[in-house]
Amino acid sequence: MVTAVHTTELSRARLDDVAPGRASSIRRLLGFCRRELLGTFGLLLMLIMAATGLTAEWIAPYSPTANDFAAMMEPPSWAHPLGTDQFGRDLLSRIVFGARTAMIVGLTSALVGGVIGLVLGVGSAYFGGKTDLILQRVSDVLMAFPLIIMALAVVAIFGTGVENVIIAITIPLVPRCARVVRASALAIREVPYVDAARALGFGHARIILCHMVPNVMAPFLIMVTAFVGQAVLAEASLSYLGLGVQEPVPAWGLMLQGGAEEYAATAPWIALFPGIAIVLAVLGVNLFGDALRDTLDPKLRKR
Amino acid sequence: MARKSDGERRASAFGLADISWRSLAAGIHRSGLKLALGAALALGATAAAAEAPKHGGVLTYMIPADGGPSLDGHRETTFAVLHATAPFYSVLIRVNPDDPSSTTDFRCDLCTEMPKPTDNGLTYTFKIRKGVKFHDGSPLTAQDVAASWNKIVHPKPGVASARENNFVMVDTITAPDDETVVFKLKFATLSFLPALADPYAYIYSKKILDKDMHWYEKNIMGSGPFKLVDYQIGQSIKGERNPDYYHPGQPYLDGFVAIFAPKQAVRTDAIRADRAALEFRSLPPSARDQLVKELGDKITVQESDWNCGNVVTPNHQKKPFDDLRVRKALFLAIDQWKGAQALSKIAIVRTVGSIVFPGSPFAATKEELQQMIGYWPDIEKSRAEARRLLKEAGQENLSFELLNRNVDQPYKIVGTWLIDEWSKVGIKATQKVVPTGPWLDSMRSGDFTVALEANCQNVVNPIADVGRWLPHEVQRENYGYFSDPEEIEIYNRLLRETDVSKARVLMRKLDTRINDQAHQLMVTYWYRIVPMRSYVKGWKISPSHYLNQDLANIWLDK
Amino acid sequence: MYRYIIKRVLLVIPTLLGAAALVFVLMRLVPGDVCVVRLGSSGGTFDPKAIALCHTELGMDKPVVVQFLDFVWGIVRLDFGTSMWSGAPVTTEIWARLPISLEIAILATVVAIAIAIPLGALSAVKQNTWIDVVVRVFAVGGIATPSFWLGIVALLIVLNFTSAVFGHPWMPPIEYVPIWQDPIRNLSMALLPAVTVGYRYAAVSMRMTRSAMLEVMQEDYIRTARAKGLIRKLIINRHALKNALLPVVTLIGIEFAFLIGGLVVTEQVFNLNGVGRLFVQAVQNQDYTLSQALVMLTVMIFVICNLIVDLLYAWLDPRIRFG
Repeated sequence: MVTAVHTTELSRARLDDVAPGRASSIRRLLGFCRRELLGTFGLLLMLIMAATGLTAEWIAPYSPTANDFAAMMEPPSWAHPLGTDQFGRDLLSRIVFGARTAMIVGLTSALVGGVIGLVLGVGSAYFGGKTDLILQRVSDVLMAFPLIIMALAVVAIFGTGVENVIIAITIPLVPRCARVVRASALAIREVPYVDAARALGFGHARIILCHMVPNVMAPFLIMVTAFVGQAVLAEASLSYLGLGVQEPVPAWGLMLQGGAEEYAATAPWIALFPGIAIVLAVLGVNLFGDALRDTLDPKLRKR
Repeated sequence: MARKSDGERRASAFGLADISWRSLAAGIHRSGLKLALGAALALGATAAAAEAPKHGGVLTYMIPADGGPSLDGHRETTFAVLHATAPFYSVLIRVNPDDPSSTTDFRCDLCTEMPKPTDNGLTYTFKIRKGVKFHDGSPLTAQDVAASWNKIVHPKPGVASARENNFVMVDTITAPDDETVVFKLKFATLSFLPALADPYAYIYSKKILDKDMHWYEKNIMGSGPFKLVDYQIGQSIKGERNPDYYHPGQPYLDGFVAIFAPKQAVRTDAIRADRAALEFRSLPPSARDQLVKELGDKITVQESDWNCGNVVTPNHQKKPFDDLRVRKALFLAIDQWKGAQALSKIAIVRTVGSIVFPGSPFAATKEELQQMIGYWPDIEKSRAEARRLLKEAGQENLSFELLNRNVDQPYKIVGTWLIDEWSKVGIKATQKVVPTGPWLDSMRSGDFTVALEANCQNVVNPIADVGRWLPHEVQRENYGYFSDPEEIEIYNRLLRETDVSKARVLMRKLDTRINDQAHQLMVTYWYRIVPMRSYVKGWKISPSHYLNQDLANIWLDK
Repeated sequence: MYRYIIKRVLLVIPTLLGAAALVFVLMRLVPGDVCVVRLGSSGGTFDPKAIALCHTELGMDKPVVVQFLDFVWGIVRLDFGTSMWSGAPVTTEIWARLPISLEIAILATVVAIAIAIPLGALSAVKQNTWIDVVVRVFAVGGIATPSFWLGIVALLIVLNFTSAVFGHPWMPPIEYVPIWQDPIRNLSMALLPAVTVGYRYAAVSMRMTRSAMLEVMQEDYIRTARAKGLIRKLIINRHALKNALLPVVTLIGIEFAFLIGGLVVTEQVFNLNGVGRLFVQAVQNQDYTLSQALVMLTVMIFVICNLIVDLLYAWLDPRIRFG
């Protein structure tokens, strides 16, 4: 949880540092790649994951849900490059389709959680007073609340399925984003021109959208990037506890649940490859997020 | 990775004793002979496996669950409670511990001999052993036996007895003197004696029960082969040898340690590293394969059909499952024979059967099974018929949610398999997997379309066990929510039939009736696989993980 | 300053109330209840009378509002009630499991701090060299790896390694003994889980240390010290690290609260009889009293950690201290 980092570092983000350039954007991108090798590597991993998820139907050699009892628990071979699991399903195909599930779960949870958090955080900072107090308490409660109960309640009431897992994962992300955004927004709120804008008669919405939101974009984007990784991991943990996506949907966390421990000694590839997929995906997301932060945060740029 | 054939693996893993009693037991069941013959053959089996038991040693085993709710066997149903507390108690009668897979061989624990029913089968008189002592030194008499049984069969208000409705046939239980207990029944039935052999029917002290009926929920004090040493909540329970035990020579062990270990991978690793010798419920085939591969002859594996199975239950109140054709199609799509064989490699299932446990004389033979819907040997024909029925009922694009329980072995595996089977006739099913509480609740409230549930019984008592298949109005735990007076009528006749061969005919009739109406389908009986360190001797597997758990006849060959 | 302290402490109350209401409602929204699970989970038959009796015994037939008020009043008196599953007092249930969880949490923290601070500082000082890259990848690896997967793999490696080297596979003991009774056995049980949990903890702390150090090292007073010619090492140890430690320490404090939650999964993997596993059991058994109590405890720890951090920052921030 890197909450505290952002509160101290980014609350003083300078406004003009984040303004997007125009023709120089490509140059800036190339500069970014040169400077941040690890970040570029992370971006590459993310793009690979996205591409795999999008083109799953074309690149997967088999259907991810077709049981094949003649080929149960086969080690990696030419026919099945990553082996098969206990139902005889091809692991490579399941991992490829799992990338799609991970992408859906990760991106949706991160974006929805981030956007709601953004709205709440900015609103909380802008309006202050009672609104702020109430929203802060609500976000405290949600942050302290163990994920497992939330997930159990969602699963038990709404049933399993990708949508419900997304709901369960999004809920703890919202207060974390709100907190960080609020801290940044608070700093901007103190700046004189917001008061000037109010004095000039600009509406709340205009001030929020035109002035505050662009300036919390930096920490917001970084948070959302981090959230993607956290969402993928959360899905893995929930599936491990049996509260996540259910069979026969291909999802990396689910693949680690039933087969992993049981067959860890006799058929280790069942546990190994989905785990590696998760690590690579979250690694990529985090490396990219780090590089993004290093770029967007003026304080960390080398003078 | 070279894989041994099933036969090779099993031959190297099984002990000879295992094969001999299993094939003998199978022989008895097929001929459907009674008590006496069963006893004689069991004696023969033990003779074939004879080794002198060594005294001493402490057995460490694992209980594959978190601690049970209370310690009172009368009120609980989870096996965790039984595995933890059975060594401390005695029961009146029990399945023969040396031949626990027999469905007809019942022996005395506290009584002196098995009585013959008198009074047209309405009265059973038991003589209780003399000289039995509770662990606190007080003597155990027939008064204690009667008091304990009354707690089970006629509990006072405020006292829960989980298996009360197994004993609807019991009228009174009395102890006219300190050595006699008399059971008077309302009607004669073949299901009484097996019900009496309930492994949860611990004999408690009347003195304590009179003072506080709830004492045994948090305390242990029995007359069994072991005395309580220590109980750490959620962690372990320890017992030491009871020197005053009434079965001569037993227990052989000095003591035992039972560790609660809900994680299966940990249990397998523990056996591998000899942190514990075994667990008494069942490990999946992969664990067995792994242990056998790595430990060779340091591991012995015992296997048995299990008196548990999964049941596909369509909710007759929900369309389109009120239509007999749709239900039939649902069952016809499933290839049980091939499926069971494939699943037995990854799940704790194996044998195909219908409403009666496959090892029992009342069970359907393979020929009888293959006449029934869902068991046809020609799967293509079966699926074609399924598609035809679906078309006729206008349900070619049938799709529904299967309610399943959040337990891997074998619920989720069977569920995943079923969904694939249904897809082969065009039925699009998805799984709704929920934890135990919501699963039970959805079924109890009828809030589901098709459910995968389980049917598990303690002692193999076919006539009592099939009561589970009766319609909801009679049997509350039947979640099919259908009505079938003919079924109830057949069952009532069966319950009161005292002639074994006539009873079998009625049982077949019941089975075919349930199947013709496609009320519910039994998919693959479970299969117990118990790998244990080879130094553990004396314990024999049975069709129920509730039986033979008092550890009195176990010894360590170290 | 005092006004701030009082205000801040008072704000804890609505948070706790909100958490209490949330857990109360969520647990009861889940269909089924502990009585049904207790009697029905073996797949056999059970008497409906037994369920009704069970409900009465556990007070579940009282009106919902009364149950909620009982619950809140209990918390105020620090009386958490009795577990609906086992009938034992909640405090007994938790107390029996606290030692192992606490031990792992503390060991994990020690491991984390021992690794994180030196490596984080090193990485900051040698920014953008290969050392930095290695440490950063190591740290991100810790965040990217699911802890339960790491646990499974670690256990497997230990088993296979000992089997290959010693011919006899070794695994940590599965039965807990307190550390004063048998320290070696106890530590051998706690080490692997502590390292598994500690890796992630260390990773987060490492990154924080690095970025905090980097930030501080850019500060003017450090540049001044460098300009004055002070030895680099002295600067790092005395100035940079000390000031960088503040956010690191606060992060460690907050992460400790999350650690308790993270134990949930780890205790499953290693079969440890700890608070995390108790939590999962309580939730799965729908044991209202026990789950409610555990949630309140978790929330209280989180809230107190946050409170301390906020007060610490307030004390350090002159605007608030003297405002």
